[in-house]
Amino acid sequence: MLALWELACRLFAIPAYLVPRPTAIFADTAALAGPVAIHTLATTKTVLLGFATSLIVSLPLAVLLTASPLIANSIYPLLVLTQSIPKVALAPILVVIFGSNELPRVVVTFLVAFFPLVLSIVAGITAVPPELIELGRACRASRWRELWRIRLPYAVPFVFSGLKAAITLSVVGAVVGEFVNADQGLGYLIVTSTAFFKVPLAWGALLLLSLLGIVLFQAVVIVEQVFFPWSVSADKPTL
Amino acid sequence: MIVLDGVTKRFVARGGDEVAALEDVSLEVGANEFVCLVGPSGCGKSTLLRLVAGLLAPSRGTVTIDGSVVAEPRADTGIVFQAPTLLPWATVLDNVLFPVDMMGRLDAAARARARDLLELVGLAGFEGKYPRELSGGMQQRAGICRALVHDPTTLLMDEPFGALDALTREELTIEVMRIWTERPKTILFVTHSIPEAVLLADRVVVLSARPGRIAEIVKVELPRPRDFDMEARHEFQSATHRIRELIFGGRRARTA
Repeated sequence: MLALWELACRLFAIPAYLVPRPTAIFADTAALAGPVAIHTLATTKTVLLGFATSLIVSLPLAVLLTASPLIANSIYPLLVLTQSIPKVALAPILVVIFGSNELPRVVVTFLVAFFPLVLSIVAGITAVPPELIELGRACRASRWRELWRIRLPYAVPFVFSGLKAAITLSVVGAVVGEFVNADQGLGYLIVTSTAFFKVPLAWGALLLLSLLGIVLFQAVVIVEQVFFPWSVSADKPTL
Repeated sequence: MIVLDGVTKRFVARGGDEVAALEDVSLEVGANEFVCLVGPSGCGKSTLLRLVAGLLAPSRGTVTIDGSVVAEPRADTGIVFQAPTLLPWATVLDNVLFPVDMMGRLDAAARARARDLLELVGLAGFEGKYPRELSGGMQQRAGICRALVHDPTTLLMDEPFGALDALTREELTIEVMRIWTERPKTILFVTHSIPEAVLLADRVVVLSARPGRIAEIVKVELPRPRDFDMEARHEFQSATHRIRELIFGGRRARTA
């Protein structure tokens, strides 16, 4: 595919500011390998922090949402509200609130990534077959033990499908955060390099971002396979 | 001994109306007796079982086991569901041990008991396997072990073979009789297979539909040990005939 891309660029003499040649992208990016690596690390840090925050917030939130219809009815509208606000519009306001540092970027990443995670964990906790709940009750398990030993383990495959969605969204969120306010990161690199017409470098950053997304997604897949092998082949009820 | 005295169970339906699942049911099941419950769907068989299990509370009347009223699930009751409902993340052995673990009584003796039970149902060597590696019949065998692991005096079985194919079903029916002979317990067994009920039970309780009432209790005179060859015997025939009459009697008269 890369060869075809290269060939097409040369044959039709496509100007580099429209679609640069892969060799040019590689050369320009490699020339700045040191700074690019720092930018990549900065973005990875934002992505992982936002992703971790999503998981840490989503789990108890999902448990709370399934605890009672009353709680669910009062929290759900708020959650939907956070999702209906365009994050790009929210980001500058967050910068004003939290200051010009890592925090607003992590918050934007979190806001973009956490919602599907909450939804899938809720789906998992409530998808437990009634017989399993009856079994827990017949064994005289407390509600806490029921949650800990039956509902949460049962939700693991659902949690992972949520995590797979969340990790890719985290990359999107981090870039949105960097577009608005950052002094490093791949999103920042795209903004600055296009401003100076260094289009191949911007493309290089773009390709690195998708590569980052793929690598992190695969990392989630591997974690599931290694620590929860039963989850991978478990029959997931259709959502 | 299980005693149901004038038990009525009503549920609130979606519209807010009350629906009676069971109406004025009185029944005595003796110690180590094998009693089957049969009846058309919606006759409250499973409700009756859940009342005895302490998973539901009666609207009226009382359920007692060995003289004490059942107000919550008891530690001396085991239950087998229609689906094996094994925990997919736990090995067969851990699944069997789940009830004792939940009750906080997981010790070496319980582990030894679980291994014995798995051997009893022919699952020796499968302790470390995961449920997905087992066939449906094997999963239900493990489910039976799980119900027996805390050595209950009462075993409640809710259509335990309903989801299995006919051959596995016959095999497990024989198996349950063998387990019951080796380790006598009071068994209450819900099924909608009439031959299965007759072959297994000392007495078959026939329930009528909506609201569930006891239509008749049919005593099975077949000698033990029993097997499927006994289906040809006259005691078997007369019992199944009587049960069919009780369940389909009204309907047949109308179509005739």
